[in-house]
Amino acid sequence: MSLMLGLLLGLFCTVCIFLLRLLLVVNSGPNCKPGGKGSVCVLVVAGSGGHTTEILRLMESLSPSYKPRHYVIADTDRMSEEKIRAFESAKENAASGSKYTVHRIPRSREVLQSWSSSLKSTLNALLYSVPLVFRLQPDVVLCNGPGTCVPLCVSALLLGVLGLKRVLIVYVESLCRVETMSLSGKILYPVADYFFVQWSTLRDKYPRSIFLGRLV
Amino acid sequence: MKTVFVTVGTTSFDELILTIKTPEAVKVGRGSVLPDPESGLDLTLEAFRFKDSISEDIACADLVISHAGAGSCLEALGARKPLLVVVNNKLMDNHQLELARQLHKESHLLYCTCSSLTDTLRTMDLSVLVPFPPAQTTHFANFLDIALGVQ
Repeated sequence: MSLMLGLLLGLFCTVCIFLLRLLLVVNSGPNCKPGGKGSVCVLVVAGSGGHTTEILRLMESLSPSYKPRHYVIADTDRMSEEKIRAFESAKENAASGSKYTVHRIPRSREVLQSWSSSLKSTLNALLYSVPLVFRLQPDVVLCNGPGTCVPLCVSALLLGVLGLKRVLIVYVESLCRVETMSLSGKILYPVADYFFVQWSTLRDKYPRSIFLGRLV
Repeated sequence: MKTVFVTVGTTSFDELILTIKTPEAVKVGRGSVLPDPESGLDLTLEAFRFKDSISEDIACADLVISHAGAGSCLEALGARKPLLVVVNNKLMDNHQLELARQLHKESHLLYCTCSSLTDTLRTMDLSVLVPFPPAQTTHFANFLDIALGVQ
């Protein structure tokens, strides 16, 4: 009986500490300036189809200081790797010696997959995301809404909660989202450090978001 | 001779392929339905599943018919081609309709569903469309540089 009580108390304390740490981590975003050390290591989530097109358009605008660049795509994605390699080859002509890698994790959700089975596949993707993010230790995770970004952002948050590294989450909601936010956006809105929307209708609904006009 | 380029992006949109009546080049993506070259219409039909880039096909087209994906729309609008978007009603929560509706409101494209596609093709007026302005991507980069302390 007392052992049971002890375990429950222990679990409760762990959860409280975890939540407190999460709160502290989420609020420490503005103080985190990784650019001061000269380069910013970025983990880019390429979510297939239009998500990849949009994220590469964003990447095009970034300076050579954003390196190394680690691209993460879903294992069933056939097109994104080629687009990324083509983009990076073109970029290499402009700035020599830029390093990048491409990694694959299980897809969190396929198009038309039901929400309930998506939860199971997202948890599976988390099993791969945590060791990957822990190994790469990026300064920033840049994503734009595919299901693939949720386990990666959760892993990034975990790195901060455990006191290993503060990883900034930069989220840019897809251009497709004019009036309603995506599910990934709704999940990450409370915890992202910089959350961009591309239409003023969304900025009005989500006041913590940043609106700079159309970005892609 | 007029060229129409039809694309479903990297998704499966069999209903569009089944509905389309007057294509001259078609991209079918991951869908299982390939259009029938012996449909008896006076046209040349070219179909392919995937290509590294569709920018040349878009450049040669007089009209682009596309699913409502952001990537396909941005490519067509960026190339300043008349764009007719066909919204896929079977998608989860159909968020693609939002973009089609907004860009239509701004007169950058026309949109319809598979069921109204034939009527739209018959009655559409492409002269009302206005060019799509460029994006503010440098604003994003500048903001991020300042926020992250990049010199």
